[in-house]
Amino acid sequence: MSSYLYYPGCSLSGSARAYAESLAAILAPLGVELREIDDWNCCGATEYLTLSPLGGYALIGRNLALAESQRNGTSTLVAPCSACYANLAKTDRFVRESQTLREQLNGALAADGLQYTPGSITVRHLLEVLIEDVGLDELQRHVTRPLHGLRVAPYLGCLVSRPDYDRRWAQHEQPHALDRLMAALGAEVVDYPLRTSCCGGHMTQISPDTGFEMIRRLVDAADRREADLLVTVCPMCQMNIDAYQSEMNHHFRTDYHVPILFFTQLIGLAFGLEPKVLGIGTEIVSAHRALGRIGIAVPPPAEVEVEVPAGQAAPAAREARAKRPKGLPMPRLDEDER
Amino acid sequence: MPSAVRTPGQGAALDRRFVDEIRATTVGETRLETCIQCGTCGGSCPSAADMDHTPRMLFAMARAGLRDGVLRSNTPWMCVSCYFCSVRCPQEIHIPDVMYAIKSIATREGIAPESIGADFSRTFVSNIHHYGRSYEVGLVARHYLRHYALRLPGMAPMGIGMVTKGRMGFIPHKIRGIAGLRAILARAGELEAAAQGRKAPA
Amino acid sequence: MTPNEPADSPRVGVYVCHCGTNIAGTVDVAAVRDWAMERLGPHGVVVSRDYPFMCSSLGQELIEDDIRELGLNRVVVAACSPHMHEKTFRGACERAGLNPYLCELVSIREQVSWVHTDKVAATAKAEALLAGGVLRVREQVPLEPMRVPINEATLVVGGGIAGITAALEIADAGFPVHLVEREPSIGGHMAQFDKTFPTLDCAACILTPKMVTAGSHPNITLHTWSEVTDVAGYVGNFTVKVLHRPRYLDTDLCTGCGICQEKCPAKVVDPVFEAGIGYRKAIYRPFPQAVPKFPVLDPDNCIYFERGTCRACEKLCPTGAIRLDQQPEEVTLQVGNIVLATGFEAFDARRVEAYGYGRLANVFTSLEFERMSNASGPTGGQIVLRDGVTEPKTVAIVHCVGSRDRNYNKYCSAICCMQSMKFAHLVREHTDATVYEFYIDIRAPGKAFDEFYQRVQDEGTIFIRGRVAEVTDVLRMPDEAAEDGRLIVQVEDTLAGLQRRIPVDMVVLSVGLEPQADAHEVARRFGITCSSEGWVIERHPKLDPVATMTEGVFAAGCALGPRDIPASVASGAAAAARILGRIQQRELALEPIRAVIDAERCSGCRICNDLCPFSAITFDAVQAVTEVNPALCQGCGVCIAACPAGAIAGTGFSDAQILGQIEGILMFSGAADVGARTASPEPKAPEAVPA
Repeated sequence: MSSYLYYPGCSLSGSARAYAESLAAILAPLGVELREIDDWNCCGATEYLTLSPLGGYALIGRNLALAESQRNGTSTLVAPCSACYANLAKTDRFVRESQTLREQLNGALAADGLQYTPGSITVRHLLEVLIEDVGLDELQRHVTRPLHGLRVAPYLGCLVSRPDYDRRWAQHEQPHALDRLMAALGAEVVDYPLRTSCCGGHMTQISPDTGFEMIRRLVDAADRREADLLVTVCPMCQMNIDAYQSEMNHHFRTDYHVPILFFTQLIGLAFGLEPKVLGIGTEIVSAHRALGRIGIAVPPPAEVEVEVPAGQAAPAAREARAKRPKGLPMPRLDEDER
Repeated sequence: MPSAVRTPGQGAALDRRFVDEIRATTVGETRLETCIQCGTCGGSCPSAADMDHTPRMLFAMARAGLRDGVLRSNTPWMCVSCYFCSVRCPQEIHIPDVMYAIKSIATREGIAPESIGADFSRTFVSNIHHYGRSYEVGLVARHYLRHYALRLPGMAPMGIGMVTKGRMGFIPHKIRGIAGLRAILARAGELEAAAQGRKAPA
Repeated sequence: MTPNEPADSPRVGVYVCHCGTNIAGTVDVAAVRDWAMERLGPHGVVVSRDYPFMCSSLGQELIEDDIRELGLNRVVVAACSPHMHEKTFRGACERAGLNPYLCELVSIREQVSWVHTDKVAATAKAEALLAGGVLRVREQVPLEPMRVPINEATLVVGGGIAGITAALEIADAGFPVHLVEREPSIGGHMAQFDKTFPTLDCAACILTPKMVTAGSHPNITLHTWSEVTDVAGYVGNFTVKVLHRPRYLDTDLCTGCGICQEKCPAKVVDPVFEAGIGYRKAIYRPFPQAVPKFPVLDPDNCIYFERGTCRACEKLCPTGAIRLDQQPEEVTLQVGNIVLATGFEAFDARRVEAYGYGRLANVFTSLEFERMSNASGPTGGQIVLRDGVTEPKTVAIVHCVGSRDRNYNKYCSAICCMQSMKFAHLVREHTDATVYEFYIDIRAPGKAFDEFYQRVQDEGTIFIRGRVAEVTDVLRMPDEAAEDGRLIVQVEDTLAGLQRRIPVDMVVLSVGLEPQADAHEVARRFGITCSSEGWVIERHPKLDPVATMTEGVFAAGCALGPRDIPASVASGAAAAARILGRIQQRELALEPIRAVIDAERCSGCRICNDLCPFSAITFDAVQAVTEVNPALCQGCGVCIAACPAGAIAGTGFSDAQILGQIEGILMFSGAADVGARTASPEPKAPEAVPA
């Protein structure tokens, strides 16, 4: 059993409850233990840095200091929320490279008898841990109900592969880690070039028109590519695309219906776990119809949705795409870039 | 825009100081002075359409010493921290970090142009000061009542959904070490003020 | 006493140079002059002078007159670094009848005035270094330069336009040349192009006559499909090993008829000459005008080498020239000089994820476009999309891909602006398409370059100042692009100050130039230095731009850094001129700075034997002593330092000289001297260095 320090972040006990539940459900079969840091605090999202950069880094630094003092054999800190991950990783990086920040940060932490040794904690995103440490083979070994026929658009969001000041990712814009994971679960992976485009972050709060437009782009691209649903690794992305989709539809007079689930929920489904324990059904844009297509029974949402004959035109279009192209040869891409 | 109009002498006199001020406020290296005005940032930005100046132009203004124009610009407030500009910038300028710095200067001086953005940050931060964690219900309720009262009816289905699906915790969680956290943040405020040669905020 | 004898009583002349204000701005030159007379008098200094420019004719005459009139037998010049003017002052000594090796240069510019700001401390340091120089020169002995004959043959590595030019210049002057090329044909990148900027000459029309001349020149031996594997020796006498990879045919019998190529059933993508957008066979001649005319067989793609059957080429060759059992062959060449014209590689556009090369079918690289626009290329000169038939209605050309970017290469690749504008012209010539150029800055500084920029503008190409942020096939609005499959170029139009999304059918990425992937390895093999990126470093970037730091090895073309065809040709010709000048001297004077072994003291331990980087050390088993070949020795001193018996000495760097120098520096670098003087005003910035 491998053990990690765990920083859940605020959303996982609120709006991203489904993320926490599905994560808890898949850990046991995979033999992974997450030890939550005791008395962690909010990472400040993008808001604290706005008012006071040093205050923001001190806020994040307290969590790193707590993690350091609670290491007990493991120094890897796992964050499931991309914003928390980016904040923690960036702070660790900046205190390693800037002596000034190191001194200021530890000066602030000393006010509560804490201190952080730069580099003593390695911050990693949950996705990275599942792919690199657990491994796709191991994940695949637990698959009892492959997601065959489910067209999934992998949506990573911004803050996993960027800013990546530590250069952990070979690709900052089109990484295919989540694609590979979904393929391992048996899903049909849709080529989704917006995989690391922005969900709008807090724009739904401070400039709704801006936020809605960014949500629309993501949903529209998934819809055009005939994805049954989007899958994400970030609570903020999930919240924006899920909770604000109806308001966005209202704003633009559109009627998109693109559900978005956490990748841990799809892993759980593929492992044969019950939808309910995975928090499925808590999404606002219901995945009921999408999952029903591959025979996963999910309780229908309260509101009755108008049933459209699902994906009648799609199969023909899919076959047409599969035809071998003629003409000039294409440049070859490495396995990882594909 | 009127705030950008200056006599040449004024612009030149302010020039270096403002870039230096931004550098001093940014954590990490800004490299702002190396900007070649290629527009990769403005081309990459997903919210550029809603900015009054593209990031590139904002940097040019900063280097020209148009302090007031930069601090009143909505550009940093429209930044969504997606870091596309950051990984693409040919001069490796940490653009979102510069945006944070500009926002913090503007907020401190009370000239933040996009009051909703600054207010949202303040509400969020005051939650942290109260509880040590983000309190989504309180945050959203206060924020929407203040700024988007008219939006509320349209949002009702979503709000009801969030509540009935158990995605809104009504009781805030307060961390045990809240007093210690407040002490850390207060000390950080003092150290930041000292580093920038100001008095600590009250 | 004759001046050339090492004397018991040295008579040293000291000359302190002002170098305008370069030295005098920071060092109190007059004080150094007086100090030398006063304090170094007991060490043999009989005259000490200062002069504004010692390197001027008048400065040199000062030294010559003193040697003659005061009977000086040693000279110390405190001025710039020996790299700069050692030759000059040795020449002055020689003219006055003094052995030139009895002259010592003390660097008080590069090592003092240019690196210090405190005038008092700088002056004290100049004095200490000068004292070191005086005590060192006392121990110097007269030396005679070594004379070695120069082999008349030259090795040219790389058969692009720079290498061809160098080879032809030398061959036309009547001397033999070995031209080594890695690919099956000479011609290099220029052979891939259709037109050349800004004159729009047909590249093949101006290149192929040169290729044919080089291929048939009685003084040029071509080694194509070959690589240099080893280089030994020194200027005038290099021994070079060249590996001929098997072509799998007998070139004496092959007529170049092309039947083998026609009949070969294995068709593969050609990533080299056709830049990946065309095909070739497993046995192939890369292009019709290839020199030599013989094809090569690529065993990695040959059905016979894969499965053991086929042999179509062998069966159908009318002259029976195919040799499927041919082995690689190594030849050894003796040459006097070497030209490295190894060229460049195009930047790999896949590295810029945002531009979608490899992911988006209708994004092309500049080399792909060159082949496409070439009448003998895969599309017969048709400019078409990846489907091979559709003519684009809108084309975007993206500048600075992989250049001027700290994520990839910091430098400007110099040719891309002009190349991009040539593309715009070619698109307009071949199609009715609208063309956009996306640029950061237009760099068009060559002859008739800016005029070409204006011409392309007149032709209707739309220039947008902004570095392209991304190329995408994801549409934002249903009406964003009129047709399916179109691409969107997203960019900030920096002159308008807004983000634009421009639908286009085709994107051409003007990729930058990079050193060859094996540039560092090649540099090691030839004993030269290259920059961290891999470009060859010139002996002097301005005044000696085709020589390397290693005697006898020259460089030309893009091996030195990105440049266009005229500059490549000029550097090839310049390297040839330098080499011809040496060949005609027939022999070369080598610095007599080398290791000398005292056989009496050598214990035969052989510790030094394997250390010599120049293979100059051999062991005489009969006498049980080690010997140094003076022609191979470069005087690096590794063996001298390693010898446990102290049996090896370096001429020009004897223990007595080194110890004298150390003693001089230590004796006079007292802090008391510095403190005793008053502070001086801030020094001025260095002036331009006089030639």
